[in-house]
Amino acid sequence: MQWVRGKKSSLLQALLGTGAILGTAFAVTTLILFVAGAPPLSAFYYLLSGSLGTWLKVAQVLTGWIPLTLCACGLVYSFRIGLWNIGVEGQVVAGAVAATFVLRLGAESGSPVVVLFLAFLGGLLGGSLWAVIAGFLKIKGGVNEIFGGLGMNFVAQGITLWLIFGPWKRPGVGSMSGTELFAPQFWLPTVAGLRLSPVGLALTVAVLLGSAWVLGRTRLGLALKGIGSNPKAAYLQGLKPNRSILIAMGLAGGCAGLAGTFQVTGVYHRLIPAISSNYGYLALLVVMLANYRISAAPAIAFFFVCLNVGAIQLPMMLQLDSSLSGIIQGALVLAALLVYGWRKRKLTMET
Amino acid sequence: MGITLRDIHKRYGTVHANNGITLHVTEGSIHGILGENGAGKSTLMKIMAGYVRKTGGTIFLDGKPVEYAQPAEATRLGIGMLYQDPLDFLSLSVLENFMMGRRGGLSSGKAGYREQLKDLADAFSFHLDPDRAVRELTVGERQQLELLRLLALGVEVLILDEPTTGITSLQRRLLFEALKKLADGQKTVLFVSHKLEDVEMLCHKVTVLRAGRVSGEMDRPFHTPTLLQWMFGVPPAPPPCAGGRRGKLALAMEHVSAPGGRTGLRHCSIEIHEGEVVGLAGLAGSGQDVFLRVAAGLNKPREGKMHLIGENMAGKDYHAFKARGVTFLPAARLEEGLMPGLSITEHLALRQERGIRILWNEAQKAAFQIIRRFRISGNPLSTPESLSGGNQQRLLLGLIPEDPRVLLLEDPTRGLDLESVRWVWQQLVSFAAGGTCILFSCAELDEILQVSDRVLVFYNGMMVKDVRACDTDLMDLGQAIAGKG
Amino acid sequence: MPMTDLNLPLLLGSIIAGASPIIFASVGETITEKSGVINLSLDGSILLSAMVAFAITYETRSLLLGFAGGAAVGGLLAAMVCAFSIYLGQSQVAVGFVLTLAAKDLAYFFGNPYARIYGPQASHWPLPWLHELPIFGPVLFSHNIMVYLSFLVIFFSWWYIQRTPAGLRLRAVGEHPEAAYARGTNTRLVQLRYALLGGLLVGLAGAAFSLCIKPGWGRPQGAEGTGWIALAIVIFGGWHPVRVALGAYLFSFLQVMGIQMQGVWPSIPSQVFQVAPFPLMIFTLALMHMAKRSADEGARGAFSRLRRLARFLSGSAPAALGKNFSPK
Repeated sequence: MQWVRGKKSSLLQALLGTGAILGTAFAVTTLILFVAGAPPLSAFYYLLSGSLGTWLKVAQVLTGWIPLTLCACGLVYSFRIGLWNIGVEGQVVAGAVAATFVLRLGAESGSPVVVLFLAFLGGLLGGSLWAVIAGFLKIKGGVNEIFGGLGMNFVAQGITLWLIFGPWKRPGVGSMSGTELFAPQFWLPTVAGLRLSPVGLALTVAVLLGSAWVLGRTRLGLALKGIGSNPKAAYLQGLKPNRSILIAMGLAGGCAGLAGTFQVTGVYHRLIPAISSNYGYLALLVVMLANYRISAAPAIAFFFVCLNVGAIQLPMMLQLDSSLSGIIQGALVLAALLVYGWRKRKLTMET
Repeated sequence: MGITLRDIHKRYGTVHANNGITLHVTEGSIHGILGENGAGKSTLMKIMAGYVRKTGGTIFLDGKPVEYAQPAEATRLGIGMLYQDPLDFLSLSVLENFMMGRRGGLSSGKAGYREQLKDLADAFSFHLDPDRAVRELTVGERQQLELLRLLALGVEVLILDEPTTGITSLQRRLLFEALKKLADGQKTVLFVSHKLEDVEMLCHKVTVLRAGRVSGEMDRPFHTPTLLQWMFGVPPAPPPCAGGRRGKLALAMEHVSAPGGRTGLRHCSIEIHEGEVVGLAGLAGSGQDVFLRVAAGLNKPREGKMHLIGENMAGKDYHAFKARGVTFLPAARLEEGLMPGLSITEHLALRQERGIRILWNEAQKAAFQIIRRFRISGNPLSTPESLSGGNQQRLLLGLIPEDPRVLLLEDPTRGLDLESVRWVWQQLVSFAAGGTCILFSCAELDEILQVSDRVLVFYNGMMVKDVRACDTDLMDLGQAIAGKG
Repeated sequence: MPMTDLNLPLLLGSIIAGASPIIFASVGETITEKSGVINLSLDGSILLSAMVAFAITYETRSLLLGFAGGAAVGGLLAAMVCAFSIYLGQSQVAVGFVLTLAAKDLAYFFGNPYARIYGPQASHWPLPWLHELPIFGPVLFSHNIMVYLSFLVIFFSWWYIQRTPAGLRLRAVGEHPEAAYARGTNTRLVQLRYALLGGLLVGLAGAAFSLCIKPGWGRPQGAEGTGWIALAIVIFGGWHPVRVALGAYLFSFLQVMGIQMQGVWPSIPSQVFQVAPFPLMIFTLALMHMAKRSADEGARGAFSRLRRLARFLSGSAPAALGKNFSPK
C-alpha cells in the first residue's frame, strides 16, 4: 500500500505547520481579548470547561458535532472536484424541509421508526436535489456555483419562512419559533440522562467511513480527484466531467440534507427559521482547515463545536459575546490558508 | 532608427534557443526573418520586444547600446511588436483600446484621440469604427488597430510576428501597403514569417535562422532554393521506399472544414489506412493541430463527412471516438494531458473500466511496468508536475491504452533527446506493425521523413501536399511548407 | 395599510432612503470587481463597519469620525482580500469567505457593550428650497446626508469608470491584466487601489446602517444579508454603476412593497420580495452565458439580433474576475 498514497510530508513538517496555525490563532485571540479588556486565560478556561467540563456538556458538543461533520463530509466531495459549494446552507435547509414534510405526512401513522427512516431518506433526497439544481445551473447555464449556491440559499430560506408563517404555521398565529412540535414518538431516541442521539452518532460515523471509502478506494472518488485537478485531461482520459459534477453535488447535498434532517428530528423536533444553525458555512471552514482531507475533518469539527458550546458561557461569566468562538475559528482558517499555501509553493519550487 | 543585435544568446535550462545571433537592420527597410519551427525566431523577437530577457549579447539602437526588461520599456525606446495573439481588451471599444496605456495624453482629451485614430487610419486606408467593441472585429482588424496604436506611441522599430496568418487577402494587401509606406517614412520593419511568398514580395533583406543560429542572409532579389536550403538544411539521403503496406481503411474525411486556431481547417479530404504512419508537416498553426483534433472528435466540423473504421462519426463527441479506438495525445502535456496532484499510479488506476473499487495493487504494478518500459525517471508516487518535460511526455505515451486503432499525436517527441526520440519511435512503430494507424504533427522535418510512410503538408489551413515519404525530400517539403508548392 | 391610504411621495421617499446603503455597497463592489477582484467579505464587512461606526460615534460624539471609521474598516477588509490573493497567491473566494464570517463575529464580539444603547445618528436634512418642490421635493431632497451622497456616488463612479483615463485603466486591468501589464500598467497596484476604494464605500454602507437607517447596534443588527444581496445586485446590474444602482432601487422597492402588500395580497408571501434579487441574478448569469455561447458559435441573422439584445441586457463580467495575475 505504501506506493499508493501520495508523497507525505515529514512528520516534523506537519507538526511545525500545525504549531504555526495554532500559535497564530492563539496570538490573535489573545490580542483581541486584550483589546476587549477581558482576561485571556479565564476566557480559554471557560471555553474548555464549558464544552468538556461535564458529561452533559460533552453530549451537547457531540450533538453539534453530528450535523457539522455530516456537512463537512459532503463538502469534501464537492471540494474534491474543484467546486466551491457555498450552497451547502440551502442544502441543509432543503433537507430539513423535506424531512418535515415527510414527518407531517406520517404524523398519523403507527410506526414511527418507519416514518423517521423515511424522513432521513427524504432529507437526503431533498438536500441532494437542491445541490443538483445548482450543479445544473453551472453545467448548462454557466452560472458559477458560488452565486448559484448563494441564490439557492436565499430561496431555501425564503421557502422555509413562507412555510413556517403560511401552510405549516402553528394553529393560531405563525411565529418565529417555528412549526408545531412533533409528537414525542417522532423524536430521535436519546441516551438516558444525556440529550445525545446514538442514531445520529452512528449515522455520522457511517457517513464518515463510507465517504472515506468512496473517496479513497473507489473509481468515483478517484474520478472526482482527477476532474478536480484537470478537467481537460480527465476528459481525454475518458472521464465525464459534467456527469461527475452532478454526482459530487448530489453527494454533497445528500450529506447536508441528512444534517438538516437530524436538526429537525434530533435537536429541535420542528422546523424553525434558523434550522441550519449556520452549520453549512462552518463546515466550509472545517474542511478548509482540514486541508480538504476527510481524515482531519471529524477532529476539527469536534474542536469547532467545543468552541461554540464553550462560548455560550462567556456572556454570563465574563460579559463577553459568544462570537469569540467564531473569531478563533476564522483566525485558525486564515492562518491555515497561509501555511498551506506557503508549503505548496515551497513544494513546487523544490521540484 | 536602425537596430543591431550582437551575439544574442538565450538559454531555457539546457535548451539553447538563440545561439549567438548577430544581425543588423537598416533604418527605413523591411527586414524579413525566416525559419522553420524551433529555429528561434519567436524567442529572438520576444527578446527584442522586451517580453523575454536575454541571457547574453547586446542590442544597439542607432549605434547606442540599450538595456530593457519589460515590454513597456521597449515601447518607450521606440520598439513595438505585433504579437500573433493580440494583447488587447475585448470588451472595450476600438477607441478605448487605442487610448489605453498612453502616458500623459493629448490635452484635448478623448476627442483628440478620436481624431488621431481617424487620421492614422485614413493614412493607411484602414476602416475602423472607433466605437465598436474589439471582440466584434476580425483578426485582421485587431491587427490594424494595434499597428495604429504602436505608431501613435511613436514606435520607430516595428516587429510583426507571423502577421498574415488568418487574415483576408484584402487585409493582407492593406497591411503590405502600410508597411511599405512606413519603410518609406524611415521606420524600420522586421517581418517574421515562414511564408516565402510574403517575404519575397515585401522585404528588402532576409535573415534566415536555423537551430538558434543565423544560417544565411540575402538581399533582394531572392533566390528561393538557397533560402530553402538555409531554412531546412542539406537534405540527408532519402530513406528507402518500403513496399506498399495497405491495410483496411481506418480514417476517412470528405471535404471537412472546421474552425480552430487562426486558420481553421478547410476542405480537407483524406483516407488513412491501418498500419500507416502519417507525418503532418507545416509551420505551427497551419491547420495540422485542428486536423488532429477534428480526427479525435474534439473539434466539431462545420461541414464535411468523417468515417472511422467504417462508422459515420457525424455529431459524435470524443468519448465515442475513444470507444472506437482513437487516442489523442495533446502537445500541452501538463495543461491538457496530465492531472497535476495525481500520482502515476492514480493516473493508471483511472483507466480501470469495471467495478466500483479501485484495484490499487494492479494499478501499482502497472505503474512499475510503465516506468520501466518507458524509462520514466520517477516512481509510482511521482506527480506529473514534479517530472521534467521529457518525462511528462514519456508518461503520456505510457498512458496510451492497449491496442489503439488510431493514434493522434500532437508533437510527440518535443523536448526529448535524440536517444529517447529514437526509442519512442521504436515503440510507436511496433504499434503500427500491429495495425494501428498513427498520425502525428512534428516540428522536425527530418524526423517526419525518417519515420513516416506518408507526409501531409498543411499551409494556411489547407492540406497542400500528400506524398509518400520515399517520394519526397526536405526541399520539396520545405517548399510546400513555405507556400510554394 | 390599505391601498387607499397610500402616500405615494412618502413611499417613493422611503424606497430611495432604504436603498442608499445598498447603493454604497453594490457600487463599491462594482468598482472592486471591475478591477478583477471579487470581495466575498461584503456581508461581514458591512456589519463590522456598522458596529465600528456606531461605537466611534458613541465614544467621540462625532458623526464624521464614525463614518470615517466605518469606511476604514471596509477598506481594510477589502485590502486584506486583495493582499492575500494577489500578493500571496490565495484564492480570492476562500479569503473573502473566511473574512465574511470572521468580520461578523468580530462585530458581534466587540459590539457587545454597545448593544441597544441610544447614540447619535445622522439627522434629517431637507435641502433648502429644493425640498419644497412638488413631487420631487419630498421624494428626493428630504433625506439625510447619506442619501444625497448616494446620488453623488452613482454619478461620480459612472463618470470615473467610463469617462476618465484612470477608469479606462481600471477596466483594462479587470479585462486582461496581461495586456495591461504589457502596456506599462502596474496591475497589482491598480487592483489594490480599487479594492481599497470599493471597500471604503462598502464601509460607508455599514456606517449608513448604524447611523441613519437602523440607528444603534444590536445582535442582530438588521443589516445581515445585505452584503450577499449587494453581490447579487452587482451581477444583475452587469457591472455598470448606473444599472447596479437601478438594481438597488428595485430591491428596495421590492422590500417596501413586500411590507405594503402583506395587507393587500396575503397570498403572495413577503419572502418572495425579499429573496427576489437572487433568482434575478441567476437569470442574468444564465443569460450572459447563452449570449456568449451563441456568439462563439457564430450565430447569424435573427439570432444575432437576439444575441445583441441579450448582451445589452446582461452586461459582461470583467474577464479576469477572481483570477490572480502576477507579472513575472
